[in-house]
Amino acid sequence: MDIVIENMTKTYGRQKAVDNISLQVKTGEVLGFLGPNGAGKTTTMKAITSFLIPDSGKIFIGNISVNDNPQEAKKNIGYLPENNPLYEDMPVIDYLQFCAGIEGVAKDKINDKVRKVIQTCGITREKHKKISELSKGYKQRVGLAQALIHDPEVLILDEPTTGLDPNQIVEIRELIKKIGKEKTVILSSHILAEVEATCDRIMIINKGKIVADGTAEELRGQAQGSEMLKVTIEDGSLDDIFKGLQLLNTVELVDFADKSTQTFQVKSKPGQSSRREVFKLCVEKGWTLTQLTFVETRLEDIFRELTLEN
Amino acid sequence: MKEIWIITKRELQAYFDSLMAYILLILFLGFSGFFTWIYGSDIFFVKQANLQVFFNIAYWTLFFFIPALTMRLLSEENRSGTIELLLTKPISEWQVIVAKFLAALLLIVAALLLTLPYYITVSSLGNIDNGAVFSGYLALILVSGMYIAIGLFTSSVTNNQIVTYLLALSIGIFFQIIFQMLSTNLTGILGGITDYLSINSHFDSMTRGVIDSRDLVYFFSVMLLGLVFSESMLMKKRSV
Repeated sequence: MDIVIENMTKTYGRQKAVDNISLQVKTGEVLGFLGPNGAGKTTTMKAITSFLIPDSGKIFIGNISVNDNPQEAKKNIGYLPENNPLYEDMPVIDYLQFCAGIEGVAKDKINDKVRKVIQTCGITREKHKKISELSKGYKQRVGLAQALIHDPEVLILDEPTTGLDPNQIVEIRELIKKIGKEKTVILSSHILAEVEATCDRIMIINKGKIVADGTAEELRGQAQGSEMLKVTIEDGSLDDIFKGLQLLNTVELVDFADKSTQTFQVKSKPGQSSRREVFKLCVEKGWTLTQLTFVETRLEDIFRELTLEN
Repeated sequence: MKEIWIITKRELQAYFDSLMAYILLILFLGFSGFFTWIYGSDIFFVKQANLQVFFNIAYWTLFFFIPALTMRLLSEENRSGTIELLLTKPISEWQVIVAKFLAALLLIVAALLLTLPYYITVSSLGNIDNGAVFSGYLALILVSGMYIAIGLFTSSVTNNQIVTYLLALSIGIFFQIIFQMLSTNLTGILGGITDYLSINSHFDSMTRGVIDSRDLVYFFSVMLLGLVFSESMLMKKRSV
């Protein structure tokens, strides 16, 4: 099921949390919401799950309008809220049975579904414990299990990997990827590596507006103006090499990256590449070229560029 | 309807898990038993086989106990954020409110059922008016429903359980005492209105065995108001 948002605006008092956002997520797509704190990620997600009523704009889950028919729309959504609220006084298995019940899972299928979801989320050993006794990572898994219990077509996950250890993060990412192949997933995060690892598409939100939208590669392409190379050259004096590089006519700027290993950072002029020139220079002078790598613009840089003031 | 019952069951489970239910049952039976059978102008002074004394004591006990029972219902959900979990499931605010109302009411009904030995004892002492006993119990349930609805509403107003309790008590005290006091001092229309608003007049006639539609309308409308206000408080939180 597709998720479609048309011109949604939501204000808290005088502050616009979400400012006229429109977006579309297709089935089988994992969309990552990225943005600094208070950018409007959570507000958007709450609006999709109909927990918050936006001031204006329309939201559709498949063909169902969230505004007009929230009960029907909610049936197709699995939601993991921010901070993962749970009924802490309940045992895990009771809690999941309760959730399955109000999601409308048929009575004779509840036990099956609960068993399956406990297995998927890796909480088999914890299933009889009270939720309050679980560690944060396991609570997060229970939250995820709760969102998956009724096999929803749409998954909305608000910061799904907070509080997990590195192994668990990898597991949850794998899980999300697996689920994302058949379902529509929106997840939010401010950890860039996570979004890059799990999402097919990234949307950067700042101050309630979408400032970038595309795959990780596309975003990099947009931000990358000129080529950056990391070059290590041996068998020559540092100064000679520096001067030699500087004099190449495709090169705009040379910088020392690491003097002890004779590594330089070479920035080419916009639209040009210096790779061939660097190689030729080394051949000419009899130097040994031991490293020549692309420096990719990191997602972090794009993110900072787009979301910082001014 | 199925969803309501699932939430009601969970609420009841939570009452028993947190010992709240046991404490309430023991205190309620202890208080009402003590004052009905042992202390003060107890049931033996009436020299009649009826449960009037018990009804009056239960009436006051419930007035203090019910806010303690309801103070958690919505404020805890709002405080811990689990309300978001509930309301993003395919259920409506109204279903949540009704389910919680039913859970508290069922617990009170259970407490009242446990006083049936009182009835059996008294009925063996003399010729008891079964109709009056029935309508007396019905009155207690209706009064409870009314206070639960009020407590549910105050629970939706604030996240602080103590404030919720005190707020419910202070709204309750109008119906319990203040309207009655006003009605004895006021005349004319105001006197009539305050008299109608006071629980006493409705409760007394019911414990004597008179079930008047005016009384039923009174109890049900206060209940409905409490529930509708709670629902709109929940809704309001979503559009802020």
